[in-house]
Amino acid sequence: MAPLIDVRDLSIAFSRATPVRGLSLTVEAGETVALVGESGSGKSLTALALMRLLPEAARIASGEILFRGRDGQIHDLARLDDRALRQVRGRDIAMVFQEPMTSLNPVLSVGQQVAEVVRLHEGLSRRAAFARAVELLDLVRIPEPRRRVGDYPHELSGGMRQRVMIAIAVACAPRLLIADEPTTALDVTIQAQVLDLLDALRRDLSMGLLLITHDLGVVAEWADRVAVMYAGRKVEDAPFETLFGAPLHPYTRGLLAASPRLDAGQHYSAGPLAEIEGSIASAAGEEGCAFAPRCPNARALCRAAVPALDAVAPGHLVACPVATAAAQREARHALAFG
Amino acid sequence: MHGTDTFPTGSLAAKSLATDAEDRAAAAALGAERAPAPLPEPDFWPNVHAPDAARTVTADVARLAPVGRRHALLVFLSNPTAVAGLLILAAVVGAALAAPLLFPDDPLEMAGRPLQWPGQNPRFPLGTDALGRDVLAGLVHGARVSLLVGASATLAGLLAGILVGATAGYFGGVVDDVLSKLIEIFQTVPGFILLIVLVAIAQPSVPAIALAIAAVSWPQVARLVRAQFRAIKEKDFVAAARALGFGHGRIIFREILPNALPPVIVLASVTVATAILMESALSFMGLGDPNVVSWGSMIGTGRDLLRTAWYLSAVPGVAIVLTVLSLNLIGDGLNEALNPRLGGEG
Amino acid sequence: MPLLSVENLHAGYESGGRLLRAVDGVSFAVEPGETVGLVGESGCGKSSLAKVIMRLISPASGRVVFDGVDVGGLKGAPLKAYRRQAQIVFQDPFASLNPRQSIADILTAPLAVHCLVPRRERLAAAGDALERVGLPREALSRYPHEFSGGQRQRLGIARALILAPRLVICDEPVSALDLSIQAQILNLLARLKAELRLSYLFISHDLSVVRYFADRVLVMYLGRIVETGSWQSIFTRPLHPYTRALIEAVPTPGRRRHAAPLSGDLPSARNVPTGCRFHPRCPLATPLCTQSDPALRPLGAGRAVACHHAPEEALH
Repeated sequence: MAPLIDVRDLSIAFSRATPVRGLSLTVEAGETVALVGESGSGKSLTALALMRLLPEAARIASGEILFRGRDGQIHDLARLDDRALRQVRGRDIAMVFQEPMTSLNPVLSVGQQVAEVVRLHEGLSRRAAFARAVELLDLVRIPEPRRRVGDYPHELSGGMRQRVMIAIAVACAPRLLIADEPTTALDVTIQAQVLDLLDALRRDLSMGLLLITHDLGVVAEWADRVAVMYAGRKVEDAPFETLFGAPLHPYTRGLLAASPRLDAGQHYSAGPLAEIEGSIASAAGEEGCAFAPRCPNARALCRAAVPALDAVAPGHLVACPVATAAAQREARHALAFG
Repeated sequence: MHGTDTFPTGSLAAKSLATDAEDRAAAAALGAERAPAPLPEPDFWPNVHAPDAARTVTADVARLAPVGRRHALLVFLSNPTAVAGLLILAAVVGAALAAPLLFPDDPLEMAGRPLQWPGQNPRFPLGTDALGRDVLAGLVHGARVSLLVGASATLAGLLAGILVGATAGYFGGVVDDVLSKLIEIFQTVPGFILLIVLVAIAQPSVPAIALAIAAVSWPQVARLVRAQFRAIKEKDFVAAARALGFGHGRIIFREILPNALPPVIVLASVTVATAILMESALSFMGLGDPNVVSWGSMIGTGRDLLRTAWYLSAVPGVAIVLTVLSLNLIGDGLNEALNPRLGGEG
Repeated sequence: MPLLSVENLHAGYESGGRLLRAVDGVSFAVEPGETVGLVGESGCGKSSLAKVIMRLISPASGRVVFDGVDVGGLKGAPLKAYRRQAQIVFQDPFASLNPRQSIADILTAPLAVHCLVPRRERLAAAGDALERVGLPREALSRYPHEFSGGQRQRLGIARALILAPRLVICDEPVSALDLSIQAQILNLLARLKAELRLSYLFISHDLSVVRYFADRVLVMYLGRIVETGSWQSIFTRPLHPYTRALIEAVPTPGRRRHAAPLSGDLPSARNVPTGCRFHPRCPLATPLCTQSDPALRPLGAGRAVACHHAPEEALH
């Protein structure tokens, strides 16, 4: 069966820049795919593009977004008109944003905002929508939902507001849920609760979950597959065990080495963290691999042309000819002597 | 050097309208255009954090990136209505400055046959009034009065408003309570009526009128400045200044005030326009300085002849409209230049 | 003698008519050359604590003693002298630099205020400060908006160090930065600490970063310190249930999809629970916990816990 969403060679352009280039991504029903990157990677723009919520100045320059709808038909979201899109948004694909305070309307109660979605897409009466809102608040584990239904966003804590956002998102049982840094603004104990909730909802509603984050720990714990982005392109795509066990792209490896882990024994007294030198700004104007200016392994061929994504193993793609060659050499070596 | 953030050899930050900080940086990293320097907006709702905060990626050190003032000027000059306003104002100012050269005689003196229409007599391009005075001479001299009153009243009002507003906003507590009440008192009295009372008490001379208008204009400035100070005071860079041991004076004038000024500058341009209107109204009613010609007084004296010689009121009226309009356009242009909105072309 | 000693500090502020006890009885010390990590979630009072130590807000009661001197009552020249000794690096690199001042202004102003360096040498001193944090001297003529987040944070560090302080409070210095930049800044801070013989009070909500960077760790909850210990002992053998929950909540590779260790919201400082502050969320809570507020009990070997049910002695 075709994947739930199949993004093929997506490019997003502004008038003078192309912040996302040639991105391909798939999410199957029931799986969690993490899209990882730092500032400048283009990950949030990608999420907005899937929902066709790009700012006015941006447009989808090329590529397809093939989405398998409720009717089993595949639609290219990149080419749908506004009316058809409004059927899809909120109903089949939903999004949870990073900052719940600015994503919720401050002058409507949370119950009203949840009910609004249900009334719009499912045409329920006001009373039925209200009842459903209470159910949904309960589904997202808000205690005393009947009492909370009339609360306004500013009366709730950050974690509660995020749960309301999630309730709005899953109100119509979407097939795909996009969560853009859903817990970055939350404290760690609340973050754990929200991620647990998202995962439970994914299981119970058989949704695909596209989790956009910069936190590698979150990825390691919750994702099935991981796509790493750098300067607008995907540089590595692998199942989570492979990404953390045997990452190949120098950027991925650099990120993993640079983040102090709670379960590792690193301490500053034992030496500095492995840094990635420089910053994303060095990618500007690069003809070849955008990471080459910062890469410890950069060769001449890296700067000559943008590296393509090679399949090093089934399900493991890497955009680094140097790393790919090294991996293949090792595989041959192991085969010969193993 | 290990760990050095190297300055990129790439292009300047792109001017983009990504909804997300990182996407702006992405556009910047891959783009090739100048970035507008986004100035921080005061944090009126500190619990609301817009994800599209103004962030730009490093510009190339070697290349000259437009900085604050220079960039504001560029934005202003690229705005056609703002430039139009500037040109009109320049014309008015030019006329006012040239007045004693072009029309050295007292405009209140009789100069020719009365009630000549504009164009009738080449010696009086805009005609003469009921007492034979040159309308064009009056217009040009009137410009001096209007601009003088407008500028000086605004300056005085700004001074008072900034002093009071900054003190109230910065120190807070009892000082703020007292000064706020003072501002409120001045604001609750209807402005124009207060103006008339003040002018009636003092001698109706140009300085007195200017001061009276200043007394009516300062509260608005004070409120704005107070609000700005209250907001900016909470910023981290002000806390840093305090932590570094800077005194109150340095913090108020070097740290906070430069950041508080942009909306005040915009308000100033509008205040000049309002001052000109107030002076004209006073003169129209005969409460202005009787020794000078003012646009308002010209309209006033032309009032009785509206049916026959309506040009006597119309000409100075148009002058007022154009001047006030130009100031408003300039104000809008300044607003665009100094408070760039996070919207627009990417 | 400790460099910094905080003794039974209480600080709060009015909010909506009620008193918010941001810091509710905190005592700890920072020894010279030490990095003390202060970890806690929102509302625990760590930022307020930093502000009190920096004399940016006044405490309601308690003492802050720096190098043997009570800094609470200082005014004028002695206060200025204190400011030269203790400085702070802020969290948000985009808000901590005055956008209308050039880097040269930002760095030379403190030198001018404290009359540390004659006028014609100030620019050179500012340039030295820049190089120390890994930025080129050309940056002096630039303005903050021309720099990235990581570079601005370096500027903030340069500013904090220009008066040659002995104590630097780092208030979430890397929380707003990208992962790859975090490592750069942490390495920079570590290098500067060794070069300039600094002591740090390192405040963060990110346990992984605190574990890497601190020598000793203090865990704060709702205005109180609930556990202290060395970086090794706190993370290998946490004693307070909140510390344990915090550590468990951090998502790490090696632990897949486990249940959240704590349910319920972070209580607000406005409604502090009676008895032990943590009891509404604590898995070990007993009736004793609802009635009696446990004090921070020293256990030897630098360990202390505020819990009725923690073990009596610290084991290795």
